[in-house]
Amino acid sequence: MIRIKNLLIIIKSNPLTLFATIILIVMLVLALFPSQIAPMDPQKAHYDALRSPPTMQHLLGTDYAGRDVASRMIHGVRTTLIIAFSAVILSKTIGFFWGMTSGYFGGWFDLLTQRIIEVMLSIPSLILALLLLAGLGSGRLTVIIAIAVGGIAGTVRIIRSSVLTIKNMAYVEAAKAMGTHPIIIIFRHIAPQCFAPLLVVASVSLGGAIFAEAALSFLGLGITPNAPTWGSMMSVVAENYLRPLWWIAIFPGIALTLTIMSFNLIGDELRDRLDPKLKGEVKDN
Amino acid sequence: MTTKPVKEKKSKLLEVRNLRTVFRKDDEDIIAVNNLSFDLNPGEIVGLVGESGCGKSVTALSLMGLVPDPPGKIMGGEVLLEGKNLINLSENNMQKVRGKEISMIFQEPMTSLNPVLTIGEQITEILELHGGLSSKEAIKEAISLLKLVGLPDPELRINEHPHKLSGGQRQRVMIAIALSCNPKILIADEPTTALDVTIQTQILELIQKLTKDIGTSVILITHNLGILARYASKIHVMYAGNLIESGSTDEIFYNPKHPYTLGLLNSVPRLDFDPKMELSTILGEVPDLTLKPGCSFAPRCQLATKKCISIVPPLTESKKGHMVACWESSKVTRKLR
Amino acid sequence: MYKYIFRRVLIAIPTLVGVSLVIFFFMRILPGDVVDAMVTDETGAMVFTEQQRESINESLGLNRPLYVQYGGWMKDVFTGDMGYSFWTKISVGEHIRRRAPMTIEITVLSLIISWVIGLPVGILAAVNRNSIGDYFSRGIVIFFLAVPSFYAALGFLIFFVLVFTWRPPVDVIFFWQNPIQSLYVALPAAVAIGTGMAAVIARMARSSILEVIREDYVRTARSKGLANNVVITKHVLKNALIPVVTISGLQFGNLLSGSIAVEMALSIPGLGALLAQGLADRDWMIIQNLVLIFAFAFIVINLIVDIIYSTIDPRIRYD
Repeated sequence: MIRIKNLLIIIKSNPLTLFATIILIVMLVLALFPSQIAPMDPQKAHYDALRSPPTMQHLLGTDYAGRDVASRMIHGVRTTLIIAFSAVILSKTIGFFWGMTSGYFGGWFDLLTQRIIEVMLSIPSLILALLLLAGLGSGRLTVIIAIAVGGIAGTVRIIRSSVLTIKNMAYVEAAKAMGTHPIIIIFRHIAPQCFAPLLVVASVSLGGAIFAEAALSFLGLGITPNAPTWGSMMSVVAENYLRPLWWIAIFPGIALTLTIMSFNLIGDELRDRLDPKLKGEVKDN
Repeated sequence: MTTKPVKEKKSKLLEVRNLRTVFRKDDEDIIAVNNLSFDLNPGEIVGLVGESGCGKSVTALSLMGLVPDPPGKIMGGEVLLEGKNLINLSENNMQKVRGKEISMIFQEPMTSLNPVLTIGEQITEILELHGGLSSKEAIKEAISLLKLVGLPDPELRINEHPHKLSGGQRQRVMIAIALSCNPKILIADEPTTALDVTIQTQILELIQKLTKDIGTSVILITHNLGILARYASKIHVMYAGNLIESGSTDEIFYNPKHPYTLGLLNSVPRLDFDPKMELSTILGEVPDLTLKPGCSFAPRCQLATKKCISIVPPLTESKKGHMVACWESSKVTRKLR
Repeated sequence: MYKYIFRRVLIAIPTLVGVSLVIFFFMRILPGDVVDAMVTDETGAMVFTEQQRESINESLGLNRPLYVQYGGWMKDVFTGDMGYSFWTKISVGEHIRRRAPMTIEITVLSLIISWVIGLPVGILAAVNRNSIGDYFSRGIVIFFLAVPSFYAALGFLIFFVLVFTWRPPVDVIFFWQNPIQSLYVALPAAVAIGTGMAAVIARMARSSILEVIREDYVRTARSKGLANNVVITKHVLKNALIPVVTISGLQFGNLLSGSIAVEMALSIPGLGALLAQGLADRDWMIIQNLVLIFAFAFIVINLIVDIIYSTIDPRIRYD
C-alpha cells in the first residue's frame, strides 16, 4: 500500500508526469476495449462517405476505402502497444541475462560479447530491424523480433557495466570468500542492483519501440498492409501525395507523438528518480 | 610577483562583522555561518579551525562572494576590506576584487584546475586580467611564477595539461595563480588535506614563505590543529556555524577556555602517549545547522548546564585578546599529560 | 595524438568486418529462402516458373557454399562492383552514384540545423536555469523529441501540396548543378530530421553545462575574478561540449534510419528511398550493399567523433 501511495505522489509531483500517465491510461483502455469504444468497425467500408474529411458522422474522417479513421486508430492502439511491449520485454530480458553473465563471469565469453555488442551498435537499430525483416519476412512475430534485436546491445552494455561496478564491491568479495555459489551471488547480490538501470532502459526503449513499429509500418514492412496501425495509415497518404487526405496522416501522427512523448516522460521521471548517472547514455530502443 | 617590505599599517586589513550566511533547503533555513566576527591584520597568518560542516568553507566563500545562490545567500553582516564593504559590491566590482585583492586556494587540487586548458593558459588569464600584461609578458611571468613555487621544468609545464601533474604539483600551480597578482589576502581552504603528509609540509612552507615575501595575509582554514600550531599566530575556532573561541595560538593551545577546543586538543594523539591508552574523543555528532535554542555544543558538552541549553552564550573576553563563548569557560583548563 | 587516431582506425576495421558478417548472416542464414521471398508475391503464389527460379538462384550465386558467397561479396565490394539491382537491371553502383548526393545533402543540412538550433537553446536554458525561457524550451524539446521525423516530413508534404500546390521532384537534382532547387528539395527533409536531433542536442547541452558549472575548476575560474561570460565560454563550454559531440555522433545512426522513412514520405530520390524500395522488392543486392554502406558511414562518423573528442579533451589522447 505504501508503494502505491508513493507512486501517486510521484505522479502528481510533476504536471508533465501526470499528463503522461493520463495519456498512457487512456491508451491502455483503448487497447483493452477497442471494439467497445470505437464507434465503427475498422474494416467496414462506408461507400457513402469515401475519402471524407472530418464530419459529425466520422469525427476524424474516412480513408480511401471509406473506412472510419477514428475506429481504425483506436484498433491500432492494441497492435502498437502489444508489439512495442513484447519487443521491449524480449530485448530487455535477453539483454539482462546476457549482460549479467558476461559481466560476472568475464573471460572469453565477455570478450566475445563485447565485440558482438560493438558490431551490433555500429548498425543503427532501425536498419538492423529492416535487415531482419527482409530476411524473416513480414508478420507480427518477426516485427517484434526485429525491433527487439535492435534493443539488445544497448541493454547488454548498461547491465554489464552495472555488474562490473557491483562485482568489485566489498560485500560481493565477502560472499565469494564465504564460498557462496556464483548463481546465488548473482541472484541475491548483483541482480537486484541491476533492476533500477534495467527499468530505466526499458522505459526509455518503449518510446523507441513504438517509433520503430510505426516507422516499419510506414515503410510497408509492418505486420500486414491492411492492418489498421498508425504507421500504415500514414504511409497511404504518402503514396497518394498528389491528393493528400490530410486527416488520415495528421491524426494518427498526433496519437503517435503523444504516446511516444508520454513514454519518454515516464522514462525520464524514472531515470531522474532511480539513477541520474544514466543521463546521456541511454539511446532509443 | 614582487617582494615588498612589510608596511606598518595601523588600520585593520579585514574586518568581518556579524556575517550571516544561510542556505535554503526544502523549506528549511540552514544557518551555515551565524553572526561571525573577526579581524585580520596585514601580514598575519590566522587560522580558522573546526570540524567538517562547521562553516569554515562557507565563511571563505562568503568573503569571496562565491556562495552558490541558489541555495545559499549572505543574509547579513559586513565584510570590510580596508573599509570597503564587499557584501554591497555589485558582481562587476566584486570581480575586480577577486584574484587581485583576495585570492583563494581550495582543498581538492585534483579537480580545481580545468582539465582541457593548459597550465599556462590558466595562469596567464589572471595575469592578463588583473595585471594588464600582454600575452607574451604573461607567459614569461607565468614561467617565473612556476619556478617560484618550485615546479621543475616550468617552460615545459606551461604547455601541459593538469592531468600530467601530481596533486602536490597542482596545488603549487594553484598557489602560483592565487599569488600572481600580489593579493592582500590569501584564503587557503584546507590546502593540504588532500595531499600526502610529506607533501603537506612542503606546501605549507611554500605558502608561508611566499606570503611573507609579498606581504599577504593568510586565512588558513583547516581541521588540523597541528598545522596551526606551527604557522598561525591567531586561531579562531568555529562550531556549528558559530565562532566559539578565538585568541593567540599560544593561548588557544595552552589555555583553551571552551570545552570544544579542549576536546579538539585532547583528541590529537601525541608521540609521547602510551600506545595502549585509549584515544579521547568528543562524544556525539555534528549538529544540523538549523536554529536551535542554547549553546550549539551543549548536547555534546560534559559541562553543560540548564543555562547552556536554553541561552546562547555570547562571545566575551576571557583575557586580553582571548574571546570565548561559553557559560562554563572558567571550568575549562587544559591538563597536559 | 596521431597514434591515437591510428589506433582508433585500426580498431574500426574488425568492427566493419563484423558488420559485414552480420549483414551476410541475416541475409543468407536466416530461415526463409531468399529466392522464394523474391519469386512469390504477397499471397505466396509463385510468380516465376520453377526453371526461372533455378536460374535466378544461379545468377545470384546462391548455389555456392556460404563462405564462397561471402568472399565473393567482399571481393566485389572492394573492387567497387556491387552487383546489379534485380528488378531494374541498373548497377547498384550507378544507383548509389545518382542518389547518394541527395542523401548526403540532407544529412549535412540536418546536422547543421541540429547544432545551429540545438546548441544555443541548450546553452541559454542552462545559463538561465529555471527561468520561464528555460521551462518553455524544455517543453519544446520534449515535444520535438517525440515527433517522429517521417511524421514531420509528411506534415510538410501535406502542407506544401495543399497550400502551395507543390510537387515533389521527379528526378535527382544535384547540388552542384542547381543549388537552389536542390536545397529546395532537401530542406524540408533536413528540417524534419534536424529538429528532432536539435532537441537531443539541446537537452544534452543543457544538462552537461549544468553539471560542469558545478565543478571545482569553474569555482576556481570565478575566484580569479573572471567575468561570468568568460567563465562560461572559456571554462565551461569546452568541457560541456564533450558529451554533446559524443551524442551527436550516436544520433547519426538515427539520422540515417530517419532518412529512409523521410525520403519515402517526401518522395525524395535518395539512398534511403532506394533501400526502402529494395526492401519492398526483395532486391538483395541493393539491400545487402546499401546496409553495408549505411553501417560504414555510421562507423566512420563515430570514428570522426572520437577524433574530435580527442582534440577537445587532452586526457583521451594518452589512454
